[in-house]
Amino acid sequence: MPGLGTSFGRGAMTNHWIDVKNADAVLIMGSNAAENHPIAFKWVLAAMERGAVLLSVDPRFSRTSALADLYAPLRSGTDIAFLGGMINHVLRNNLFQREYVGEYTNASFLLDPAFGFKDGYFTGWDPEKKTYDRATWKFQVEADGTPKQDGSLRDPHTVFQHLRRHFARYTPEMVERVCGTPKAEFLRVAEAFARTGAPGKAGTIMYAMGWTQHSKATQLIRTAAILQMLLGNIGVAGGGVNALRGLSNVQGSTDMALLFHILPGYLGMPTRKDHPTLAAYLEKETPKTGYWVNKPKFFVSLLRAWYGEAATKDNEFAYQYLPKNSANYSYMDLFEAMYAGKLKGFIVTGQNPAVSGPNSTLERKALEKLEWLVVRELFETETAAFWKGPGVDPAKVQTEVFLLPSSTHLEREGSYTNSGRWLQWKWKAADPPGDARSDGWFANQLALRLKALYAGSRAPTDRAFLALTWDYGKEEPDLEKVLAEVNGYTVADRKPVKSFAFLADDGSTACGNWIYSGVFPAEGQNRAKSRKADPPESLGINAGWAFSWPVNRRILYNRASADPRGKPWNQEKALIWWDAEAELPDGKKGKWVGVDVPDFRPDLAPDAKGGGNPFIMRPDGKGGIFAPLAEGPLPEHYEPVESPVKNLLSNVQANPMAVIYKADLDKLGDPKEFPIVATTYRLTEHQHTGSITRNLPWLVEMMPNLFCEMSRELAEEKGIRNGAPVIVRSARGEVRAIAAVTGRFKPFKLGDRVVHEVGIPWHWGFMGLAKGDSANMLTPHVGDANTRIQESKAFLVDVRKA
Amino acid sequence: MAKAILVDTSKCIACRGCQVACKQWHGRRAEPTRFQGSYENPLALSAQTWRRVGFIETAGGDGRLRWRFISDACKHCTDASCLAVCPTGALFRRTWGAVDLNQDICNGCRYCVAACPFGIVAFNEESGRVNKCVLCPDRVEAGLEPACVTTCPTDALTFGDRDQLLSQAKRRVAELQAKGEKGAQLYGERELSGLHQLFVLQERPQVYGLPEQPRFAVASVFPSSVTSVLASVVMGVTALVAFRGRGGKGEE
Amino acid sequence: MSLTRRDFLKGAGTGAGLAAAVDLAPAEVAAQELKTKGAKEVPSICYYCAVGCGIVASVADGKVVAIQGDPAHPINRGALCSKAQAYIQVLDHPQRLTKALYRAPGAGEWQEKPLDWAMAEIAQRIRSTRDATFKEAEDGVTVNRTEAIAALGSAIIANEECYLLTKLMRGLGVVWLEHQARI
Repeated sequence: MPGLGTSFGRGAMTNHWIDVKNADAVLIMGSNAAENHPIAFKWVLAAMERGAVLLSVDPRFSRTSALADLYAPLRSGTDIAFLGGMINHVLRNNLFQREYVGEYTNASFLLDPAFGFKDGYFTGWDPEKKTYDRATWKFQVEADGTPKQDGSLRDPHTVFQHLRRHFARYTPEMVERVCGTPKAEFLRVAEAFARTGAPGKAGTIMYAMGWTQHSKATQLIRTAAILQMLLGNIGVAGGGVNALRGLSNVQGSTDMALLFHILPGYLGMPTRKDHPTLAAYLEKETPKTGYWVNKPKFFVSLLRAWYGEAATKDNEFAYQYLPKNSANYSYMDLFEAMYAGKLKGFIVTGQNPAVSGPNSTLERKALEKLEWLVVRELFETETAAFWKGPGVDPAKVQTEVFLLPSSTHLEREGSYTNSGRWLQWKWKAADPPGDARSDGWFANQLALRLKALYAGSRAPTDRAFLALTWDYGKEEPDLEKVLAEVNGYTVADRKPVKSFAFLADDGSTACGNWIYSGVFPAEGQNRAKSRKADPPESLGINAGWAFSWPVNRRILYNRASADPRGKPWNQEKALIWWDAEAELPDGKKGKWVGVDVPDFRPDLAPDAKGGGNPFIMRPDGKGGIFAPLAEGPLPEHYEPVESPVKNLLSNVQANPMAVIYKADLDKLGDPKEFPIVATTYRLTEHQHTGSITRNLPWLVEMMPNLFCEMSRELAEEKGIRNGAPVIVRSARGEVRAIAAVTGRFKPFKLGDRVVHEVGIPWHWGFMGLAKGDSANMLTPHVGDANTRIQESKAFLVDVRKA
Repeated sequence: MAKAILVDTSKCIACRGCQVACKQWHGRRAEPTRFQGSYENPLALSAQTWRRVGFIETAGGDGRLRWRFISDACKHCTDASCLAVCPTGALFRRTWGAVDLNQDICNGCRYCVAACPFGIVAFNEESGRVNKCVLCPDRVEAGLEPACVTTCPTDALTFGDRDQLLSQAKRRVAELQAKGEKGAQLYGERELSGLHQLFVLQERPQVYGLPEQPRFAVASVFPSSVTSVLASVVMGVTALVAFRGRGGKGEE
Repeated sequence: MSLTRRDFLKGAGTGAGLAAAVDLAPAEVAAQELKTKGAKEVPSICYYCAVGCGIVASVADGKVVAIQGDPAHPINRGALCSKAQAYIQVLDHPQRLTKALYRAPGAGEWQEKPLDWAMAEIAQRIRSTRDATFKEAEDGVTVNRTEAIAALGSAIIANEECYLLTKLMRGLGVVWLEHQARI
């Protein structure tokens, strides 16, 4: 989540589920929490019972909107315009938290005088190369290298004044014309949320895939981060920009780096170009200031954990054993490469790309080009069965497929990290049936078998794999032994380290994932098993329940919950505060104390140098209102790559840095042929590709068929009856669905133009008990400029009676 | 002490945890369904579906769109027509208010099906007996809440002493009205001498498919002549004897 | 036509004869025993979204007989949504995979195979593809990788399992490593 990482320092939910109850305003946008995180809604309602206002902004009136105090519709793909309008509202009416903004963010920093924004581009755009030269995207610096500041925020070169000018164009009238949100409804939401700008008030923003699946998603999340910094809502109880993650362990699997660009703990994957040696890697990847100065300790400890005795000072701690990237190997690139015949083997565990992947027709075709495919699942999924899918002749598909039966989460143990960063252990309840096994078993067995196959090889190509440490037992691996390695230990005595503060860069410590360090602080002590809950009437920190990374902190950046002098903005919701009298072990006085673990150096006084810099993972310790990303250092609205209208904010139609794939099946739709905006979403009753839920009769009973929601006006225009079959068609393909004609979708009035939108859940596929077409047959291979996550929340279709 | 469930529709997010919790706890099967334009499914309570959530789109007086949800099941009426017409005693009242059903002695006469003013008691073609929500007596008498209540994330369903729930409901209605929800009202306090499933509604009962004035509907079930009533009773007893002869196995 | 209960009991209606046959008084009948009585309660965490609700599986004779919300869990306090309530249907599902299946090139059907055979074959495929495509260096820089094998991990397996997958794949030199976090 680079939108959060760039702004605050860490790419994770800032607060946690229970903390939502401490909010004075809850803005749910880009998420449909009531439907997709139903139990979390317990805490939204708890906040409302204490007087909080619930705001729902969504293209369609959802189960979340049904409970909201205020609902505002917006056309899919225009969230930056809406949030930009809120920022403008806050700035124009001086509703921001002045002291927070001045002290805790980079608003007062002076930008290079050459930096600017014009006609939809920031300075440095190269129209030939279609990329940015970021030379001017920087601060003016003092002689010692620190940024120049103007505490009055009045200098025209301050970040603050740039922000003000940049968003001055985002007027309520502009919001209405771009988003289709009636001005009055927009203003009601903006006013209600802006009230949390008062010191001591807290507002939370809850978002999910409704924000991440856009061609400018990272900037969208940045817009929310900026709004929250202006209102002083980061680091406080009841505040935050909270990414509601959609799968039980998606936070953990990200932390564990099942992603091409990182190694566990968000250490960058080495690249051939920038990191030929360990020295080059550490030099390039380690910032000069901020907590990341410790990166060499984490990286060397990872190498030591993976390569054991083979990692020595003399061989760069086996750095050269790691693979190096030479390209972008992200999800859509992977399928493009497969479609182009560049991949031979593919191992898929617990994922169903034939349904979840955008442009699934292309992705299913790509599977036909493989030599072999391994799938591990509970049921026969569309990915495993692609060779007998609609329109496929099995005789012509040469791919060998191995489908291995998997155990369920109740038939295995291990820890899940929830969206609020809590590592919670789960115990095994029953044995799996037949030959079903866990994924831990699969990885373990595969490693042991490959080790046996390569045993004795002297080939230099096999050296790295043979050196890889692997000692977790024979069949089902000992997962607590794995967790102890993840936690880290001192090599000499193999004793667990208490936290990452004890890691070293000299090879004396080993650690599989530094951010999890502290979860296993002593022999036999697995803190993911901690089960002591706080009383319900408390703030809900629950420090004794599970283990929250990092070092059991529950609310990130909590230094910002206190004012620059160390006194909580809100005494009733105090998280940490400076106690000048508290005694330290060395006899000195003064430390941060409170109900949460300080996200700060515990003995750094508020008036000391850096004592007012709450964002410790950023090099300057300040919240990044100005923070460079691929398409600019401030967010700007661009239309989705497929859009029926012209961008009104500039002549640059779509994100100039969006990633658009160009294989023969990667077609884009002409708005004349496909004039209707479409979006995809999930339902309470199914999970993702439905590979499990579409097989469960009780869930199928509630949600048996693929449907397409549309307004009464559109239905009338097209002669479509509620409950009747329709065909939804995009440039990539078409699906058959049942019409859900509803007042919950309304046509958008953009000036004198009316734009229709439809919505389709993406849970269906051709296998299982409840079969149906996959919505992703319609979505494009178009990616966000920074993360390359697909743009499946705003694309173009046409709809007709079937 | 009379117990009840309070359904606060203003807190329901229609996650349908209750609908499935009931199926799980009571081992009810899924019914074949088809999406017909609304999220609601199955479309009615039945022998296999004892609790379900209704989804209602409506525009209030202000023209603003509302999406109302109601978790609905047997009301466990004090004046329970089903119980009154049951010739075998299969339907009976528990001391704490639930209208329970003893499957073993149901003869499948279906008087209760016809008598229920809410159309809730349902006949199971397969077993030849009727079925409905029984308010989880196994759980309640073990000190637990009914399965549907336990699983509700937002306290849209609460279980407890009926008197206390009534005051809770009245406070909530006042709260909602103060917030501008003019349609907020309590349902079930006096209807049929008091229901053991109470509702805080945000619209008129009809909007949710609830009768404004449910009637104790025994007479409508029976033919007007006493002879046929007696005949019915005899029939019932005969059926009962016949059923017991089969060994009185559980329904499934 | 309909009557109030009072009318009915007073015998004012036509059902008078019936009133004597039916006892409307509450019955003292012991309720059925809890199906979870005596079962072992195993705490777990829900498999679906990332709220991280606590669940309790009641296990009797090695079988899960009920799944309920964990009342002690501070996030869900006993609550569960419809998906979690329905999860019990996965465990004994008739269509659930219990054997390794193999589909040969061009074949129209699966073949059931011993797990050991499947694992041995998979290890062989990985080895031969890796060996045929492994690149030690590129432009004079050690890169130690194969670009011919891709792996998709999973956001629904435990941290420890994710770690093992990452470690194994990186250890083998796999650079195409992704999962649901990017979709």
